[in-house]
Amino acid sequence: MNLFEGYDPGIFYDEMFAADGGVRNHCSLLQDRFRDTDPRDFLARKASSELYFLRQGITFNVYHDDRGTERIFPFDPIPRVMPAGEWEHLEAGLTQRIVALNLFLHDIYHDQRILKDGVIPRFYIEQAKHYRPEFRGVDVPADIYIHICGSDLIRGADGQYYVLEDNGRCPSGASYLLENRNALKRAFPGIFDAMGVRPVDSYPSDLLDMLHHISPRRDDKPVCVLLTPGCHNSAYFEHCYLAREMGIDIVEGGDLVVVDQFVYMRTTRGLRRVDVIYRRIDDDFIDPVVFRKDSVLGVPGLMNAYRAGNVALANAVGTGVADDKVIYYFVPRIIEYYLGQKPILPNVPTYLASEENDLKFILGHLPELVVKAANESGGYGMLMGPTASKQQIEEFRERIIADPRNYIAQPVVSLSRSPTWCDGAIEGRHIDLRPYIIYGKDVKIVPGGLTRVALTKDSLIVNSSQGGGSKDTWVLRH
Amino acid sequence: MLSRVANTLYWMVRYVERADNLARLIDVNQQLLLDSESLDSERLRGFWQPIILSTGDEEAFHSIYDQAGSSEVIRYLTDDPRNPNSITSCIALARENARTVRDQLSDELWEELNALYLFTRSREAENLVASDPPRYYERVRRSAVTFLGIAASTTSRDEAWDFMDLGRYLERADKTTRFLDVASYLPSGEDDAAVVSSDHLHWSAILRSCGALGAFRAVERQISAKGVVDFLVFSPHFPRSVHYCVERIDVSLHRISGTPRGTFSNKVERETGRLLADLAFGSVDEAFGAGLHECLDALQQRFNAIGEAVFESYVLMPDRIQANAVPEPRSSSALAMWQMQQQQQQ
Repeated sequence: MNLFEGYDPGIFYDEMFAADGGVRNHCSLLQDRFRDTDPRDFLARKASSELYFLRQGITFNVYHDDRGTERIFPFDPIPRVMPAGEWEHLEAGLTQRIVALNLFLHDIYHDQRILKDGVIPRFYIEQAKHYRPEFRGVDVPADIYIHICGSDLIRGADGQYYVLEDNGRCPSGASYLLENRNALKRAFPGIFDAMGVRPVDSYPSDLLDMLHHISPRRDDKPVCVLLTPGCHNSAYFEHCYLAREMGIDIVEGGDLVVVDQFVYMRTTRGLRRVDVIYRRIDDDFIDPVVFRKDSVLGVPGLMNAYRAGNVALANAVGTGVADDKVIYYFVPRIIEYYLGQKPILPNVPTYLASEENDLKFILGHLPELVVKAANESGGYGMLMGPTASKQQIEEFRERIIADPRNYIAQPVVSLSRSPTWCDGAIEGRHIDLRPYIIYGKDVKIVPGGLTRVALTKDSLIVNSSQGGGSKDTWVLRH
Repeated sequence: MLSRVANTLYWMVRYVERADNLARLIDVNQQLLLDSESLDSERLRGFWQPIILSTGDEEAFHSIYDQAGSSEVIRYLTDDPRNPNSITSCIALARENARTVRDQLSDELWEELNALYLFTRSREAENLVASDPPRYYERVRRSAVTFLGIAASTTSRDEAWDFMDLGRYLERADKTTRFLDVASYLPSGEDDAAVVSSDHLHWSAILRSCGALGAFRAVERQISAKGVVDFLVFSPHFPRSVHYCVERIDVSLHRISGTPRGTFSNKVERETGRLLADLAFGSVDEAFGAGLHECLDALQQRFNAIGEAVFESYVLMPDRIQANAVPEPRSSSALAMWQMQQQQQQ
C-alpha cells in the first residue's frame, strides 16, 4: 500500500507536491522512501519516537490550566524538506533583520534618531508596553540587545516567504528542534546521509559562544547561568535541556544574590561570581527593586549590577519594544533606515488600528481579518475573523475601539501545507517555521528551525498551547 | 554546586528511599498476617495500628480514616494522594525534585524515575494495588534499587553524589528505627509485663523488611528482640543498620567539607560524629535499659537535627550571606502561577 495514496494537496502551497500533483524535486528521495514503507512499519517507528519523547519527559505545561498538566509535544514524523537555495535566501533575510533590529534598539535607548527623523512616530515607542525608558543611555555589553531571536516565517499560496512576527524577548522551542532531530534519527536512520541533510547540533555551542562573547569579564573564563522562572513554567524542560547541553548551571531567582553591584550564585562552598545570565524570565519580574515589587522570581538588585556593567543579560532588558506587533509594521522601514537596503524578507501586509484609515478598514472587514493584540504571544489574544463567532467579533470590535494602540490586523494568509500523519492517513496540514537566530560575535542560524504544524484540520494556529505539533526541518546541502 | 541543587538531589534520593522502605514495611506486614490466619478483626487492627504509629502519621491518618484496618492503612500508605508521605506521593515528589535538576542527572537515571512515576499513575498500578499488592510493592522496590544502581554507576563521585548519599543514608537510618519501633506498638502477648513482644514472628518480619534475614542468620542463630535490635542498630557492617548508615553520613559530610574524619568544621559534623561514637561504643543492653521506644525516638530526633544542620550549613548559610529580604509568595500556587506567567514566546 502506498502511504501517500489519495493525498490531496488542495488549493494551498504544498511543501512536497507541486500544483500539478508531481513530487517536488528536493522531496523525491524522501517521498520514495516513505512511499515504500509498510504502514505498520511506519506506525511502529512513529510509536518508537513518541516513546522516546515520553521517556525523556519532553513535555510542556499548558497555560491557563490550573492542574499544571504536562503534555507531550505532538511530533509528526514526516519531515519538512527545504532545498539549499531557499535556505540561503532565508538566512540572508533573517541576518539582515536581526542586525537592523539591534541597531534600532541601540538607537531607541540612546539618541532616538529614528524618532527625530520622523520614520516612526514617537507615540508608538513611548506607548509600547515593553519600552523601558529607565534604560535610556545605558550601554549594554557588546552593544547587542537581541541575542536570540525567533522570527516566525510563513509561506503564502504563491510559495513566497513572509515574516509573521519577531520574538525578541524569550523565544522558546529550540530544544524541540534538537530533540525532533534526535527522535527522527532513531526512527529513520540512514536516510539523512542519503539526502544530504545539514546537522543542527551546533545550536547549544553557538549559544554558549554567544554568552561568552558578551561577558563583561574579558580576562577569565566567564561564568554563565540560565535563569529560569522555575519548574512550573511551560518551557522548563527546555531550560534544563539547554543548560545541560551547554554545561552551565540552571538557576532560579533565589539562587542569585547581588552584593555591591556584582551578581553571585549561592553554592555549597559559598558565593560564586556570575558574569552572564541567559534569562528566561520577563523584564517585569527580573528585579523586584526596579520592576514588579512582589516578584519572587527575580533577583533584587540585579538591575543595578546590570547598569554598572558587571553582568550581561541575554536578551537585554527592553527588547520587547522591537517585537511589539505595532513596531513590526515598521520593521521594513527600520531595515531601510539603518542599513540602506531593501528588506529581503517581506512582512505580511498589516493594518494599524491606531491609524484612522486603517481602523476604518479593520472595523469594516473584521470577518476577513486576523486581529492580534500587540503584546501577546503563543496564539493568545487573537481573533481569526473567518472562523470566529459573531459574538467574538463584536467583543474584539469593542476592544479595538477602546484601545486601538494595542491592536493590529492582517489578511488571513493561507499558510503552506506539509504532508502530515493524521490518524491513519497522510493529509496536508498548515505549517510555519521558527528559525533561531543567535547574534554574538557573528550571526549564526542553525539550518532550518522548528517547523510547527497545526494538527487540527484546516486550522491555521500552530502554537503548542493551541493544538499545534512540530516536525523536523531538513535543510539540504545542495 | 548550587545550594538549591544540592538540597534537591538530597531530597530526590530521600524520597525514593522513603518509597522503597514504605513498600517493604507494608509488604512484610501483609505477609506476616498470612502466617496468622486465626486473627479476628480486633487483633488484626492491632497489627496495622503500629505501622501508622511508627511512621509518626497517626494524627493525619485519623483525620482521614475512622479506623486502622488493613485496607485503610494500605490505601493510606500506598496511593492516597492526601498523604504527602504515601508511596505515590513520595515518588511524585522525587520526580518533581529530579525534574528541577534534570540537567544534573544522567538520561538513564531520569528515565528510570520517570518510568516509576508513570507506573504509579497507571491503571496497571491501580489494579495491582487492588488485586495483587505484593507485586505492586515488588515493582516499586525493584525500580527504587534500579534507580540507586543507575545513580551509583552514572554519577561522578563529586558533591552531587555526596549529597545524594547523605539523603539516602539519613532516610534509611530513620526508617530502620521505625521498623524496629513497630515492635514497641504491637499488642503484647500473654506476659503483659514485657513492653516488647517477644514473638519470634514479629522480629523475623522486621528482619525481612530490611532484607536482613539471611545476613542476621549468618551471625546469630536465635531470633530474639535483643539480637535483632543489636544487629539493626549497632552492626557496623550491615548496610541498613543505623550504625552503618551514620558511618556513611559521616563519610559524606567530611568529603563535602574536606575536613579530616574524627574532626569537625561545622555543627552537622559535630552532631554526626557524636552520634557515631554513641553507636560505635554503645550496647544493646543500654538501649533496652533505657527503653527501646525511647531509645529509637531519641535516635530519630538526632537524625532530624542532622538533617536540619545540613540544610543550615549548605543551603541557608546564614553567616555567609547578608539577609536579602525576599518577599515570601503568598502560597506555592501563587508562585506556580508566576512561573507559568513568564512568557516563553512559543
